[in-house]
Amino acid sequence: MQLIACPWCGEREETEFRYGGQAHVAYPDDPYALDDEQWAQYVFFRDNPKGPFAERWVHSAGCRRWFNALRDTVTHEFLRVYVISAQHPLTTSTAPAAQQRKGQEAI
Amino acid sequence: MNSPFRARGHGHIDRDTTLSFTFDGTAYTGHPGDTLASALLANGVHQVARSIKYGRPRGVLAAGAEEPNALVQIEVPFPEPMLTATTVELYEGLVARGLSGQGRLSSRPDTARYDTMHAHCDILVVGAGPAGLAATLAAARAGARVVLVDELPRPGGSLLGTRELLDGVPATAWVSDVAAEIAACSDVRVLQRTTAFGCYDDGLVLALEKRTDHLGAAAPAHISRQRIWRIRAKQVVFATGAYERPVAFDDNDRPGVMLAGSARAYLNRFGVLSGRQAVVFTTNDSVYPAALELADAGLRTAAVIDAREEVPAYWRTACDERGIDVRAGHVVTGTSGIERLSRAHVAAFSHGRLGDRQGIDCDLLLVSGGWNPAVALFSQARGTLDYDAGIGAFVPAQAPGNVRTAGAASGTFTLTGCLADGADAARRALSAIGRTGRTVALPAAAPLPDAAPGRVLWRVPSPRDSPDGSHQFVDLQRDALVADVLRATGAGLRSVEHVKRYTTIGTAHDQGRTSGVMASGIVAEALGMDVAELGTTRFRPPAVPVAFAALAGRNRGELFDPVRVTALHPWHVEHGALFEDVGQWKRPWYYPQAGETMDEAVLRECRAARTGVALMDGSTLGKINVQGPDAGVLLDRLYTNMMSTLKVGRVRYGVMCGIDGMALDDGTVIRVAEQEFLLTTTTGNAARILEWMEEWLQTEWPGLRVHLTSVTEHWATIPLVGPRSRDVLAVVAPGLDVDNDAFPFMSWRDATVAGIPARVCRISFSGELAYEINVPAWDGITVWKALYAAGSAYGITPYGTETMHVLRAEKAYPIIGQDTDGTITPQDLGMSWVVSKKKPDFIGKRSFSREENRRGDRKQLVGLLPADEQVLLPEGAQIIATSSIPAPPVPMLGHVTSSYRSDALQRTFALALVRSGTRRIGETLYVPLDGRTVPVTVTEPVLFDKEGTRRDG
Repeated sequence: MQLIACPWCGEREETEFRYGGQAHVAYPDDPYALDDEQWAQYVFFRDNPKGPFAERWVHSAGCRRWFNALRDTVTHEFLRVYVISAQHPLTTSTAPAAQQRKGQEAI
Repeated sequence: MNSPFRARGHGHIDRDTTLSFTFDGTAYTGHPGDTLASALLANGVHQVARSIKYGRPRGVLAAGAEEPNALVQIEVPFPEPMLTATTVELYEGLVARGLSGQGRLSSRPDTARYDTMHAHCDILVVGAGPAGLAATLAAARAGARVVLVDELPRPGGSLLGTRELLDGVPATAWVSDVAAEIAACSDVRVLQRTTAFGCYDDGLVLALEKRTDHLGAAAPAHISRQRIWRIRAKQVVFATGAYERPVAFDDNDRPGVMLAGSARAYLNRFGVLSGRQAVVFTTNDSVYPAALELADAGLRTAAVIDAREEVPAYWRTACDERGIDVRAGHVVTGTSGIERLSRAHVAAFSHGRLGDRQGIDCDLLLVSGGWNPAVALFSQARGTLDYDAGIGAFVPAQAPGNVRTAGAASGTFTLTGCLADGADAARRALSAIGRTGRTVALPAAAPLPDAAPGRVLWRVPSPRDSPDGSHQFVDLQRDALVADVLRATGAGLRSVEHVKRYTTIGTAHDQGRTSGVMASGIVAEALGMDVAELGTTRFRPPAVPVAFAALAGRNRGELFDPVRVTALHPWHVEHGALFEDVGQWKRPWYYPQAGETMDEAVLRECRAARTGVALMDGSTLGKINVQGPDAGVLLDRLYTNMMSTLKVGRVRYGVMCGIDGMALDDGTVIRVAEQEFLLTTTTGNAARILEWMEEWLQTEWPGLRVHLTSVTEHWATIPLVGPRSRDVLAVVAPGLDVDNDAFPFMSWRDATVAGIPARVCRISFSGELAYEINVPAWDGITVWKALYAAGSAYGITPYGTETMHVLRAEKAYPIIGQDTDGTITPQDLGMSWVVSKKKPDFIGKRSFSREENRRGDRKQLVGLLPADEQVLLPEGAQIIATSSIPAPPVPMLGHVTSSYRSDALQRTFALALVRSGTRRIGETLYVPLDGRTVPVTVTEPVLFDKEGTRRDG
């Protein structure tokens, strides 16, 4: 039973959470500009890396809030959790989290 | 009563109290402090069972949880199978019998209580032997929050089983001092009779505490018998000790063969000599203190057979003083006896060759092949193991940051070393959590000569003609032989994991504590490999058998899963409703009258709804309140149709789809106010839809100013259905204009119903004139009773979910999840009208135009009318094109999703998903059923009142 650090509630047991798949997969700006294959990539296809993976989680049995986590798929270890609005920690580790809204500092 | 094998002056038992017990039908006595095994040995009973495969007599081999042979079934006070006699504490009136590998669960319900406890600590110490106590003491003195778990009834661990001295006095005195000191620390919790059996992520350790098992029939009913401790520790110290391992030789399974350290423990813990005349067979120094203590207590010891070429002079001298013959460079090659051992066969053994054999009479053969650190829990915690060729065992190598071992579990086998290692492990654990440990003064153990290296010996060559190991046992519980291991390697197996599964070695209750490492050694020998290269099998929880009752704790019966009932539930019970489980909800299924079958009751309820008036409890419908300036925008993006144009006072039906375009849920939406909507979901989908909406709101459109709240349980919801429903509502809501023009279909009104402020919606899930009356749950029963009373003049009839299903199916209103399976679009359901053509986008829209979703041969919802009007098709039945079933693979056209008897149609009917269903209307298809095929006619899905003439009354 892992502990997952909800950005708002702190460490809680994993059964309080639900997995939400790969993070940073935005709804396309214009779905109708995509051909069927491009649309299918958005709907059906996700990465499956060995190692660090940015995922979405929701604290279903707690604050009901969604957040992102960087998790190592080999060890299951949560490397960090961060708010939905923050950027992918591996691609922009030095960039400021410009899009963050007030009160949602990355953890 | 005096037992013949008790030794005076030894043991932590209460000799002043006598306990009576029965084993295999014979009455015996023992003392408090005994285990069943020690009490049997005290009575001269060595054999406890027969082996599972070969039926060979088997005796007590060990003194603890590593025991492979002595499985027993407790019969009184309550039947419990598969316990080891070595861990069952003796109590008055115990009745048990030996088991041949398989037990029997009681057919009576267990009335004992079981429970779960949670604990959090800085440091968890597993094991209260010298290392564990030193660790606990050091951590406690540093002020840390500590939990100490130990499987025995009292602390001390291995110290209880020896006569070792600390600071010149028996080590048990130090144990008592430490126990007293830590008991006085408010932040230290000591759990005796508690076995850690699983180590999981992030410092979670599960332990089983046996609270009243040792009290037998005297166990107080109000105390839980066992409980599971879920201990979340920042740091864990495994001071789990080591298990002695035997050596394989011919007939090494005979009663009277025992591990040397265990015989020592029987003497020192229980005051029991396990035999009269002993031979000792060793590969290492550890047996000498044991042999000397046993000899001094009166065990005649003929010889110590030491496989090593050299025996340290210190031990040889000590043996000489007691007249014990020490034979270096010798081994035990086999045993003989009528069931129990009466002779050990001894031969010189050098350069792999056996010399002449000689028999030595004995009734006890003490064996030590070395010690295996107890690393199961450490390994579960993802600690890695290395093979230590010096001791012939696997020892902890790399540990994750939050666990460590101490003492014998680390491969440290001297008392001084164990004490120091325990204190050091605590210091390192404290340091890992940012605390500083003080130096703890440790007592001094009696000086011993430096240990001479042991010899690693897995098996002795068989002197028989066929040296195939067919009389040499590796796993005594599984009756697995050296020959079985050789057969496995002969068959080409190269992995210990494969050999384990091929031979079943290590899969019994004892998890191979005495056989696992030996098996690795024999496999390595057979393959000409290094044991280090071969490795050992992986350890998995539980490390000891745990009863399901303990794991379930209180989560059984009524407490297994929450039961949700509506505010009207007591009324349904009073009126004889039968209930259906829908998720966690109990919903009235139907209300049978005296002598009615289910079919009769449902037909009657349907008739009332279609010809008179009926009412049901719809309170379980999921209800989500949506508020905020952007509420309409959010709903427009989530529903396939337009919600933002809905006017206050109006109701609209809507469908939600996934991004793949498949129907997810449906329900009604009412606009309560300019910035407030209330939507309903399918009963079983309420939580899922709320999460779905939150997901989009939080992750994709966090800028929308909308709040979502579940209000399912705030409202009692009562559909009042039927041509006479308007008349009944007019009586109980005199202030409400119920005229069709004033209160049209798909609108809602605030009204006072039976004196209660209510929201009344004109929606229908049956096609009939209907009103859905919503009142605060608290007032639900008042309104329900008022409606029931006002309707009596019209024969008002309560109906349940079954009738609701028949009525909606006659109108082809689908149930998402029953008539769909996650691959069905709104268009497949014939509901293109619910899909907006105006909205630029909504969830699912882009997928509707995928090629796959535009195929003409998609499965579509249709009606089915069986040719025989009395045949009720089973839901889930397959549909084929031919009247005879062709050879497989049979082309399947679809399946029946809903099937009922209809009062309105006076026949059976069904809904089905059928490939190209819309194009097949009018065709005859076939449903295989009970070895024949039933012809069915494909129809439009709506079978009753196609024109919708009934909804306005």
